[in-house]
Amino acid sequence: MKNLEFRTAASARGGLVVMAKVPGVAAGTRVSLRDHAGRGRNGLVIRTSDDAVLVEVFEGTDDLDLERTWVRFLDEPYSLPVSRDILGRVFNGVGQPRDGRPPIVSGQRRDINGAPLNPAARAYPREFIQTGLSAVDGMNSLTRGQKLPIFSGGGLPHNRVAAQIVRQARLLGAATTEFVVVFAAFGVSSQDARYFQESFEESGALERLVMFLNLADEPVIERLLTPRAAFTAAEYLAYELDYHVLVVMTDMTAYAEALREVAVLRGDVPARKGYPGYLYSDLAEIYERAGRIRDRRGSITLIPVLSMPSDDITHPIPDLTGYITEGQIVLSRELHAQGVYPPVAVLPSLSRLMKDGIGGDFTRPDHPHVASQLFASYARALEVRGLAAIIGAEDLSESDRRYLAFAEAFEHRFVGQGEDEERDVYASLDLAWELLSMLPAGTLTRVSEDELAKYHKPAEAAR
Amino acid sequence: MAKVLEINGPLVRLELPGAVLGEQVSVGALGLVGEVIGRDGDTALAQLYEDSAGLAPGEAAAGLGHPLSVELGPGLLGGIFDGIQRPLEAVRQVSGDRISRGIRVPSLARGRRWAFAPAPDRSAEMVINAGDILGSVQETASIAHRILVPPDVSGELLELAPAGDYEVDATIARVRSHDGSIRKLTLCQRWPVRIPRPFRRRDHAVQPLVTGQRILDTFYPLLKGGKAAIPGPFGAGKTMLQHQIARWCNAEIVIYVGCGERGNELTDILESLPKLTDPHSGRPLMERTLLIANTSNMPVVAREASVYVGITIAEYFRDQGYDVVMVADSTSRWAEALREVAGRLGQMPVEEGYPAYLGSRLAAFYERAGRVETLAGGSGSVTLIGAVSPPGGDFSEPVTSHTKEIIQTFWALSKELADARHYPAIDWLESFSGYIGQAARWWADNVDPGWAPARARALAMLSESEELRRIVNLVGVDALSSEQRWSLEAAELIKEALLQQSATDEVDSYASPAKQYLLLAGLLDIYDRGMRLVGQGVPARRLLELPVLGEARRWKTRYGDADIAGLRERVARLVEDFMPLEAEYFPAGPGEG
Repeated sequence: MKNLEFRTAASARGGLVVMAKVPGVAAGTRVSLRDHAGRGRNGLVIRTSDDAVLVEVFEGTDDLDLERTWVRFLDEPYSLPVSRDILGRVFNGVGQPRDGRPPIVSGQRRDINGAPLNPAARAYPREFIQTGLSAVDGMNSLTRGQKLPIFSGGGLPHNRVAAQIVRQARLLGAATTEFVVVFAAFGVSSQDARYFQESFEESGALERLVMFLNLADEPVIERLLTPRAAFTAAEYLAYELDYHVLVVMTDMTAYAEALREVAVLRGDVPARKGYPGYLYSDLAEIYERAGRIRDRRGSITLIPVLSMPSDDITHPIPDLTGYITEGQIVLSRELHAQGVYPPVAVLPSLSRLMKDGIGGDFTRPDHPHVASQLFASYARALEVRGLAAIIGAEDLSESDRRYLAFAEAFEHRFVGQGEDEERDVYASLDLAWELLSMLPAGTLTRVSEDELAKYHKPAEAAR
Repeated sequence: MAKVLEINGPLVRLELPGAVLGEQVSVGALGLVGEVIGRDGDTALAQLYEDSAGLAPGEAAAGLGHPLSVELGPGLLGGIFDGIQRPLEAVRQVSGDRISRGIRVPSLARGRRWAFAPAPDRSAEMVINAGDILGSVQETASIAHRILVPPDVSGELLELAPAGDYEVDATIARVRSHDGSIRKLTLCQRWPVRIPRPFRRRDHAVQPLVTGQRILDTFYPLLKGGKAAIPGPFGAGKTMLQHQIARWCNAEIVIYVGCGERGNELTDILESLPKLTDPHSGRPLMERTLLIANTSNMPVVAREASVYVGITIAEYFRDQGYDVVMVADSTSRWAEALREVAGRLGQMPVEEGYPAYLGSRLAAFYERAGRVETLAGGSGSVTLIGAVSPPGGDFSEPVTSHTKEIIQTFWALSKELADARHYPAIDWLESFSGYIGQAARWWADNVDPGWAPARARALAMLSESEELRRIVNLVGVDALSSEQRWSLEAAELIKEALLQQSATDEVDSYASPAKQYLLLAGLLDIYDRGMRLVGQGVPARRLLELPVLGEARRWKTRYGDADIAGLRERVARLVEDFMPLEAEYFPAGPGEG
């Protein structure tokens, strides 16, 4: 079948072509089209019977002359060639080189759709991954095998934060060579793409990195394959080459919009805001490829980045993502406006698996208590700030004024840090104690007496 | 010749003359499993439980002659199964880390022998009826698995096997039916999942399901055989709460259906339950637990089936006379699976794309909960707790609103409380329970007759404090009278010392009803004593300095269930905490009241 060309296109509309009288075409098969000008296009079989085969054409159906369109069914799903040589390479959305170097020569190809992981084969995520960002490491720690998205908004520096995490992420104790990053960007501008590429090249991160790029002006449907291709590479690196893999994807909103675009073309019944009812299952199919497997040495940790339309966290994309991932890092427009980078809003942020990745076995014994204390003290400090806005800072009590100062210092010194500043988790914890020392010891109830005696140094904070 | 005609995602059109609606089918070279959902002449429409990629028109198909059914018998407990009851550990042995398609593994392990003991009152030539107990297998240290006559069998018992070790499919009895045919009975039986298992009659639920979670047991109780829903936006602690219920509730069997949820959450249960001890039986919790896992990345049609597989197994243990709890996490994903299939069938959507039959399907599903008199004459119950994941936390969406009309107990989770790190983040104003009357009788008989009035007072205080809180936010705390300030403080005390409960603290994770009541009574006593002093002119600000307010917040972690006497003694001494103030303001002594 794969060598036969059919010229039986019966109808076409909005990215879909119906092929008549091609019996026996399997669902999910890759399709290669040749139009009247000899240009190649790619497609996928989404519905099939002996009478009619429905093909989704990635590059669209514009300018397609049905009588002069030749179609081949390739008898295979979309697949990615894998080998150790993918490290350090840059691919397009479907895994073809875009760095000017030759294609990956490998006998091994992997179906990019993968197969669902047996829940009984999973191992629970544990162990700390250091991102070098205090707001993440200190209060919303990432663990190996976790899915922790960054919820952002238009105009916020999520790409810079993502790039910084890619440059800095490392495991504690283990050699850095065990750790690699798969980076996938879809629907990004060419300017952003260049930023990512240069940022990784300069820092030397590129050697331990695989990149997949689908630009904003490239085929929308290709975006549906990009995260799947990226995970296929990640699974190969994690489970066959024993690497710990961090997958960073940006921007999932572009992905979901592509899915909606295709769903509308296919005539699927819309659920919320025009997104198809299967958006949840589709996102889960991608996100749930992260994790750890029993008796395997490697792991896959996922940081998807998504921009919330109108900063609305209840929009279907962040909402459904939040139901699948194990927490979220939320960026704040307010902090960004105040010049705080990275503008992490720590209160709505959450890492559900943090408790299993920190503490004496992984970071430092006081870490869980310090994190909890920072949450409590900062929440209290924000209440004081709200009060100060009503009655004026002068009328605050002495203790409340300390909280006001703490809030300032916390936002600018703990959350805020340089784009090239890499703080290890111990530095973050020491800084946390320095700031907590601004507050009276009696109000710090989440940390133990011993920890207070060891780390709480009010005299130094006063200087 | 039966064959595949058309493939559209998980839906396939088959040429399959004589197909019966609901019948299982095997499709294609891989033998993908599916279910007939429509019939038109010689063609049948089927939905596949597995991914259809690679399937081509013209491939063979076959009807299997039976509907989706589960295998019921020894070997269920402690196991993890997928949405169509494939045992995932055994699947892992066969197909590795990933689930390969078309894999067939018996639900109950063959080759393993179980020690069967025939019931002493059964012997050959007796007449036996559907649901009668033939004997039992000690499946785990705490659960005797009763071997039942299947609901469709009755007649004369020709032969009953003697005590001994048998495999699940070995014949242990022969029965001559009334029509003369002979039925061989084994340790296991099959039952179609979409048909409720029969029972003699429904009974009223009378006993609370004790979960050890104070806001649930004390404020919004659920009864054994009752129906409850836990709606909550993401991050509100829905999963944690369900895990706590699965861990600590006083049911004999717990079935946890992970329906379209995270894989790591099931892993968490799988790794943590074997290490935890059942506070009621002293045995590892895994011995009474069974997991059904259709995680969010597994095929969507099997997700629709998974809740029926779970409830059928729950009914089977109910029929043995056990109290069973089934937790379905999340019914929203199940509803979405319905929606997805309905969409592909081109059915007219009504609200947010859901089909018109969403409400009736939900109601019929919850109706399978209840306390019953079993066919054997015993008493058993299925308690059903469904998590709901409303998009954007909006409780007016179709799944939440339909569910709210069906269930009796509603545990509403709040994002605001969770953001404030108030756990469990159950909103005490939005939640409700329709079982207060029955629960009050139980608390009066088993704990203290003061439960119902104390609960009502505490709720009234919490509700009043919302009002006061609004005033404070507008005009500041100085605008409140001393009485109001003290009421506000007492409500805070109830929130922190009683409602907040730490799942990770060893002592606080589970609180017995006795401890729950003592805490509640003690806190109300503090309120009353303070209010009396305030009424006599003591300023609230002086009361707020009392050390007992800080100490009472630590009672929940200081007094474990082994030290109820200590807590009772402490609460009885509350009069002393107010003595210094009384002595200061009323040197002669104000007298009681």
